[in-house]
Amino acid sequence: MKFKTALLGAVAMAALGNVAWADRGTDGDLKITFPQAVSIMNPYLSNGTKDVYGSSLVLEPLAGIDDQGNLIPKLAVEIPTIENGGVSADMTSITWKLQPGLLWSDGTPVTADDAVFTAAYCMDPSGGCAQLSKYDGVKSVEALDASTIKVTFTGPKPYPYTAFVGALSPLLQKAQFAACQGAAAPTCTDANNMPIGTGPFKVTGFTVNDTVTFEANPNYRDPAKPAFATAMIKGGGDAESSARAVMQTGEFDYAWNTQIPPDSQKAMAEAGKGEFVVAFGTLVERLEMNMTDPSADLPEGERSTAKHPHPILSDVNVRKALSMAIDRAALVEVGYGAAGEPACNILPAPAAWSAGDTSCIAQDLEGAKKLLDEAGWVPGADGIREKDGRKLHILYQTTVNPVRQDFQALIKDWWTSIGVDVELKAVDPSVFFGGDAGSPDTFQKFYADVEMYANNSDAIDPEAYLAQYQCSHAPSPDNQWQGDNINRFCDPAYDSTYAELQKTTDVAKRQELAKKLDMMVTTDSKIVVPLVHRGTLSAHSNALGGVKINAWDSEMWNIADWYRVK
Amino acid sequence: MFVFTLRRLLLAIPTLLVISLVIYLLVDFAPGSPMSEIPLTVPPEVRQKMIAALGADQPVLVRYLLWLRQFFWVEPAYLIDGWFGTHLAGDEQRILSWQSRSPVFTIIGQRIPQTLTVVGTAYLVGALIAIPIGIYSAYRQYSWFDQLGTLFAMIGFSVPTFFTGTLFIIIFAVELGWFPTKYDTMLNVTDWSSFLTQLRQMTLPVMTLGLANAAAISRYMRSSMLDNLGQDYVRTARAKGEPERTVVLKHVLRNSLIPVVTVIALGIPSIFGGAIITENLFGVNGIGAALILAIHASDLPMVQTLTFIFAALIVLFNLIADILYGLLDPRIRYD
Repeated sequence: MKFKTALLGAVAMAALGNVAWADRGTDGDLKITFPQAVSIMNPYLSNGTKDVYGSSLVLEPLAGIDDQGNLIPKLAVEIPTIENGGVSADMTSITWKLQPGLLWSDGTPVTADDAVFTAAYCMDPSGGCAQLSKYDGVKSVEALDASTIKVTFTGPKPYPYTAFVGALSPLLQKAQFAACQGAAAPTCTDANNMPIGTGPFKVTGFTVNDTVTFEANPNYRDPAKPAFATAMIKGGGDAESSARAVMQTGEFDYAWNTQIPPDSQKAMAEAGKGEFVVAFGTLVERLEMNMTDPSADLPEGERSTAKHPHPILSDVNVRKALSMAIDRAALVEVGYGAAGEPACNILPAPAAWSAGDTSCIAQDLEGAKKLLDEAGWVPGADGIREKDGRKLHILYQTTVNPVRQDFQALIKDWWTSIGVDVELKAVDPSVFFGGDAGSPDTFQKFYADVEMYANNSDAIDPEAYLAQYQCSHAPSPDNQWQGDNINRFCDPAYDSTYAELQKTTDVAKRQELAKKLDMMVTTDSKIVVPLVHRGTLSAHSNALGGVKINAWDSEMWNIADWYRVK
Repeated sequence: MFVFTLRRLLLAIPTLLVISLVIYLLVDFAPGSPMSEIPLTVPPEVRQKMIAALGADQPVLVRYLLWLRQFFWVEPAYLIDGWFGTHLAGDEQRILSWQSRSPVFTIIGQRIPQTLTVVGTAYLVGALIAIPIGIYSAYRQYSWFDQLGTLFAMIGFSVPTFFTGTLFIIIFAVELGWFPTKYDTMLNVTDWSSFLTQLRQMTLPVMTLGLANAAAISRYMRSSMLDNLGQDYVRTARAKGEPERTVVLKHVLRNSLIPVVTVIALGIPSIFGGAIITENLFGVNGIGAALILAIHASDLPMVQTLTFIFAALIVLFNLIADILYGLLDPRIRYD
């Protein structure tokens, strides 16, 4: 009888468990797949999104960013602001307070010393820290007491939420990494692959570029989370096979970055085993216009430099006509499906920071022709427009990528129809983005008239991102072609507005300035011709609940809240 | 035979050194850089520091000599330390992958077992299927079985594995749901049920690779059998009244196997090389998948070490094939 009662009790308990919020570790195994496998679990030594996301299950920053783009405290008690006194009135320092009783997964307490160490680790000049820009302008990081961290900046920092914020800048455990600072950083294989963290999971196994296995962190600060007892991230294959494993065969619960053609998206969604989710950040596929002459007739060292303005694209009407001829909605439909939207700005989101221009979306071939006619570019005998004996010929380059080659073909058609002679070129991505000063095919050298790629801001506040269109950022032979103003765009008005942004502390004012800067390079001048606002397409199975896709932080930012749908 | 082997082994040393230099220069001069993996949001000066921390900014000759030293001295020393608990290697820098910052040999150690299990099984299965098909096809030349075998071989030869693999996935995994599409490398075989799971997850990649292997070997087997079936000694054996079974399986088969065995031996290095496409398709974390990943990331130490090991294996198995030939065929002597 007693046994029977106990059994009934157990059954009742199990039933209750299903209804109420599950306790830690009651939902079994969580299986995640990435098309690129995790190489290392230390985000300070890798910029790969796969590595940053993988490590975000284990390592946590003081504050994160939620799916709406708002700052949320993680290890900190609250977000420091000027109002609550956490940020000094002159904006030269920020003081974080750690939550009481925080433990690392090995049971030792988390202290302010760990944060001080993390900053020193990344700022060590010989460490090759991949997230150094997160500590840009940091003068010192000190522990005021065991749970108070004060970050002092070299000058006023209107947006002080860089160091220790987001998955790119988490806390490392001093005890584990103490011997791994500076030149020794890459040699600490065990620490780099199995870091001790404060996150909902801890690493139990790691095979390079293949699989990471986790189990629930017994010392996680919320005793009821995570719902899953174990987790694994299996990497490799491609976007198609990752999507299939979630959407068609149901082997996995979650797949990150399942960027597949729109028709495959539709076919897989029809299987009914899961759904696609899209996170729209700031990634914009765009055409960049070269403002300098890339002609091969010029001597080496003068090609694509400010010495020779571009003979065709210096004319703003040509740039405008090229933009007007493009049907962005068609590009989205062909290339991205649900994971894309037409874009006219380089800052398409979040709404508060975006100029939200839509003037470029409607295609206007007649208008483009008229504009070129008025600008003096008239069709010659062969149908190609010319002006002063100069043919309207454009070399249009991008990387080898099926979607980009589709885009090239479509855009070439549209441009040809308004009388532009277009030559296409595709470069291997490892060369294009490789930055080798000796190669003629890097995107920085820009030995072409127009080039296409995608870029984004890695912070919500775009100050660092907008820095790139300043005069001084132009790559040239003098700086070994290092620099991100690849258009060699140079407008004193832009530079002075940017300088104003750097000094402005009021958020609303900063947003106005950012929008103005964005419009200056896009709609007003068409130096940059945005095409598609790209999202990250991920997939989760119907048996996985709690997913809130996030473009501003790790997609696994709320993995502690994920649960098994029963 | 011993002198021959010794001479060949000694000759292999300069050959391998030249190969290693050529590979190093080729990989180094190839376009692409580890920088291409760094997102555009990282400022140029941070990129420069990251490249310097990898040691990738050193002159090519310095890096090559360092690699030679690491490959031939530091890594063996680590291996010996691991076996006997000595401290030969001290704090010397091992060969580190630029992409993952892990020692290259640790990665190879993690991946070789998967490659040997999957690609090795596929090779074995391929050979086991191919040899009987080859024998019977030759014995009943132009019969319907031979025609079918030829068709099978044609398909195996001409249809690439990325196509057959995807086809198998769609039929057997998506439509029928019999097998998984992703290989679980963390699976430990401890009992019958985990063994069955292992068999199930191996089935699709082994089928894909086995088809390609069987096609090639069955063709060799068939033509070798045909050569021998027309020989005088076969007629003699039949005239003596030997049963047909003995004639084919004892006399003809033995003689026909000689070239096939060499072909099989020469194919063994390709097992270690893994199967780039198939491994990627099914998520088997073998050597082939590691190589292609390293090439994409311009991870020079990893590419260099892997290709050099393949080169060494090819040289070695060429020698083994030559020795085997001598052992199998008493008419061949190298001295």
